[in-house]
Amino acid sequence: MIPSSFEYHRPTSLDEAVSLLQEYGDDASLIAGGHSLLPAMKLRLSAPEHLVDIARIDGLRQIRNDGDDVVIGAGATHHDVESSDLVVQGAPLLAQSASVIGDVQVRNAGTVGGSLAHADPAADYPAAVLASDGTVEVLGPNGTRSIAAADFFVELFATALEPGEIITAVRIPIASGTGTAYLKFPHPASRFAVCGCAAAVTVSGGKCDSARIAFNGIASAAFRDTGVESAVAGASLDEDSVRAAVAGAAAGQELLEDSFAGEDFRRQLARVYARRAVLAAAANA
Amino acid sequence: MTNLIGQSVKRVEDKRFLTGKGRYVDDMVLPNMTWAHIVRSDVAHAVIKGVDIDAASQALGVVAVFTGADMQADGMNGLPAGWQVDFKNGDTMKEPPHPSLAVGKVRYVGEAVAVIVAETHEQAVDASELVEIDYEELPAVADVVKATQEGAAQLFDDVPNNIAFDWELGDKAAADAGIDAADHVTTIEFRNQRLICNAIEPRAAIGDYDESREHYTLYTTSQNPHVVRLLMCAFVMGIPEHKVRIVSPDVGGGFGSKIPNYAEEIIVTWASKRVGRPVKWTAQRSESFLSDTHGRDHATKAEMGFDKDGKITALRVKTHASMGAYLSTFAPCVPTYLHGTLMQGVYSSPAVHVDVTAVFTSTVPVDALRGAGRPEATYVLERLLDQAAHELGQDPAELRRKNLIPPFDGSDAEPGFETKVALVYDSGNYEGVLDKALEMVDYAALRKQQEEARGEGRYIGIGLSTYIEACGIAPSAVVGALGARAGLYESANVRVQPTGKVTVFVGSHSHGQGHDTTFAQLVGDQLGIPMDDIEIVHGDTDQVPFGMGTYGSRSLAVGGVAITKSVEKIKEKGALIAAHLLEASADDLDYADGQWTVKGTDKSIGFGDVALTAYVPHNYPEGLEPGLEFSSFYDPANFTFPFGAHIAVVEVDTETGVVKLVRYAACDDVGNVVNPMIVDGQVHGGVTHGIGQALLEGAIYDDDGQLTNGSFMDYAMPRADDLPRFETSRTVTPCPHNVLGVKGAGETGTIGSTPAVVNAVIDALWPLGVRHLEMPLTPQRVWQAIQSANGK
Repeated sequence: MIPSSFEYHRPTSLDEAVSLLQEYGDDASLIAGGHSLLPAMKLRLSAPEHLVDIARIDGLRQIRNDGDDVVIGAGATHHDVESSDLVVQGAPLLAQSASVIGDVQVRNAGTVGGSLAHADPAADYPAAVLASDGTVEVLGPNGTRSIAAADFFVELFATALEPGEIITAVRIPIASGTGTAYLKFPHPASRFAVCGCAAAVTVSGGKCDSARIAFNGIASAAFRDTGVESAVAGASLDEDSVRAAVAGAAAGQELLEDSFAGEDFRRQLARVYARRAVLAAAANA
Repeated sequence: MTNLIGQSVKRVEDKRFLTGKGRYVDDMVLPNMTWAHIVRSDVAHAVIKGVDIDAASQALGVVAVFTGADMQADGMNGLPAGWQVDFKNGDTMKEPPHPSLAVGKVRYVGEAVAVIVAETHEQAVDASELVEIDYEELPAVADVVKATQEGAAQLFDDVPNNIAFDWELGDKAAADAGIDAADHVTTIEFRNQRLICNAIEPRAAIGDYDESREHYTLYTTSQNPHVVRLLMCAFVMGIPEHKVRIVSPDVGGGFGSKIPNYAEEIIVTWASKRVGRPVKWTAQRSESFLSDTHGRDHATKAEMGFDKDGKITALRVKTHASMGAYLSTFAPCVPTYLHGTLMQGVYSSPAVHVDVTAVFTSTVPVDALRGAGRPEATYVLERLLDQAAHELGQDPAELRRKNLIPPFDGSDAEPGFETKVALVYDSGNYEGVLDKALEMVDYAALRKQQEEARGEGRYIGIGLSTYIEACGIAPSAVVGALGARAGLYESANVRVQPTGKVTVFVGSHSHGQGHDTTFAQLVGDQLGIPMDDIEIVHGDTDQVPFGMGTYGSRSLAVGGVAITKSVEKIKEKGALIAAHLLEASADDLDYADGQWTVKGTDKSIGFGDVALTAYVPHNYPEGLEPGLEFSSFYDPANFTFPFGAHIAVVEVDTETGVVKLVRYAACDDVGNVVNPMIVDGQVHGGVTHGIGQALLEGAIYDDDGQLTNGSFMDYAMPRADDLPRFETSRTVTPCPHNVLGVKGAGETGTIGSTPAVVNAVIDALWPLGVRHLEMPLTPQRVWQAIQSANGK
């Protein structure tokens, strides 16, 4: 468990970090919590020659209210996210998903920006950001831009980030009157999501008004399941009705397959977790 | 002070472990030490056409790079198997050379091919990336059954069909007849999957050659340093034992994986002489997955016949057991003498036959893993009993009860039970543990709850397991006749210091078992002195006379008795000294609470005074040697046979296949108990280990011989939140053939729990049509079984 040698940089500003990334290009990796990168480096699956540590850049860890949005700095740790009143109140799906990441040590070090940039399909944030209709804010050589969550997660470990771009924050619109739940079926070894479902629903008169439902863990990238969303909208919020409404969960999606969970089983988990997440979300709407 | 035996004394070693003061091999830094990193094969089966070490040799900090050719040139032999099992036809088992660094071919992913010795660990790892190995890849075969089939890859030129040996035990004709005559035959076919021990401390070794004395010291993470020394000296390196010291200090768990003599132990010892400096190697965790011996990996078909009253008529078992790519130290005895011999179980089956085929595959070598053979046997029996109960529409507890061997205490009036598979059980009350376990869970009420839950669409299952195991494998003459290449006794030296403090040097090795506590309790109780006055020393061949080490739950039943024998000798000699000082006859003395007292008087003398007199013999019995120290070797008359009944209660989420273990009750009989808390801890750990096999663990090899789940991200170990609160209890049926009446407790939990959990899940899902599940019972497997049962 010994990484290859590398040069370590600790810029004091995001602009400095961006120029270091420009300078070293593909030979550089950003690091914050290091909970995905360091294990890969120790196994020598990854061997960046330059590490650019942005964990201590001023303000990057800040969580703030910005009008109708909660803005979570990319450097906020999972623990920051799960325990922030602003997040718990305004962006509860983020808090719920952060609270089931890894263990206490992981949550104290890993960051929301690092997790989103890594785009592990089994990570817990992506479904929450998608179902919250969030946007990812980035800074690059050409300045800042915002990427809608729906456009951000592209493929296995691949995002819409351009070379040299750094995630600065994730912006979540505050949706009052919405019930939310993030439920996951964890892998027994890694405790990563084999299937994670985030649901955000509005309810009136015992029926679901509207729903945003997203999955991570089951496919090569997290995705919103708009088919199921429209089936759930208008459904009565009892077990049988919701079971029927989510019967087509993950339909048309190519799902991941490994020795622990094949495609059929992941599709079954998608149905079960969609139902459970919708009902749990409705219960706190 | 007296009556320390039977007390739940807190483990005295825990303070040092819990405060980070344990001293493990990897903590050791010797002057001028170098670091080794092993270059391992990343292909499962290939001819090595060349190993180019030039660039690595010139890399920064590199002291030396060696390959198998270097070791061969220095006359290093391969690693030996410590047990010989012959073919049914009498031919000697196939034991192909097992070089420490591969020569000519590699046969599993993880096999050591070269070693880098460098100034630092980092430099050794960096340089390893510069080693170029030219492989000509060959087809691999990882599956134990496929390996014996026509057209399978052949690992060795002279091992046809990859069969290391075949073996049988029991009366085949009688078993065949019993099956043929049965009114009902239950048949199961299954895999007992491959497991990885995963001790928390990775293996480590430091070789230190002293040129001036021509003497080697090896620090190594071993469960049995004397055995390693014997194998290294006599078989592998050809160096004299008095020139070798092996030290195994604190060791963080073994579970069988630290029994074998490993390549790395030879490599660092040999390399230390070559480079003239100490050489240290510590496994990285991913290396542990690929180089620690694995366990189990059987493919089994078993049939059990029953008459119309539900009495067993016969048992017939056929097993393919994987050896991995080479024969590890105890590999041959695990599926034979530790597996076939246990097929009687606790049942009075009139006929038993076991047939085993031991097979080489392109995988990490297989050796003992907690229970070693006995869990495999128990799984066969206990799955059969539960399956038969379902098929016959009988209660599994009652079907067992009908077939249990009646109680016997091993006295002349109730002699040991002779099995159909070569063993004589020492003492047992199998119905006693079954009754107590059923009572613990209120079995009748539990069955009622199960029925009610089914009405609500909830699937609760109750699984039983009534097991027996054989511990403290012995005696040496018998195991020698069965192929052991070593004795299986234990030794202990008890040294009373002049001040009356006691140092105990024992061949049993503690790597989590709590010997510092249990053995001190034993000696404190027997000598009537405080535990604080006793130090337990183990794991150093220069300090301890000899030792066979710790495995097979043997430490107390064999090592503890060896200690007791030495204590008895001390008390005898001490009585002579006391008698002299008290001017009485030794026969007239009583010994209690650390005092010799002249019977019927208040004249007495303390243990400390006698000890001082032994070393300052001014006023001393004529002709008696000074000093107060004795060594003993104890070779038991028989195995010991702990037993128990375990009950698991599960609830299955039929939508996701998730098995939730809701209750676990264990009633064990391990004979007399020295420290109930330590025994409970062993049971908790063992049960957890067995639950891991049932629900979570399993090494997965693909067809190319790659281990696909060789990390803790993929290989699931049981954790606290996977487990319920364990309910434990005991009955006590003392072992009749050792003075302590003890049997052993380290593996009982592992043996009893695996089938109990699987039986519970099958019991839960029987009404849905599920008849069989392969371990581990992952959610997908359980869900698929429900789906396909529904489809029927």
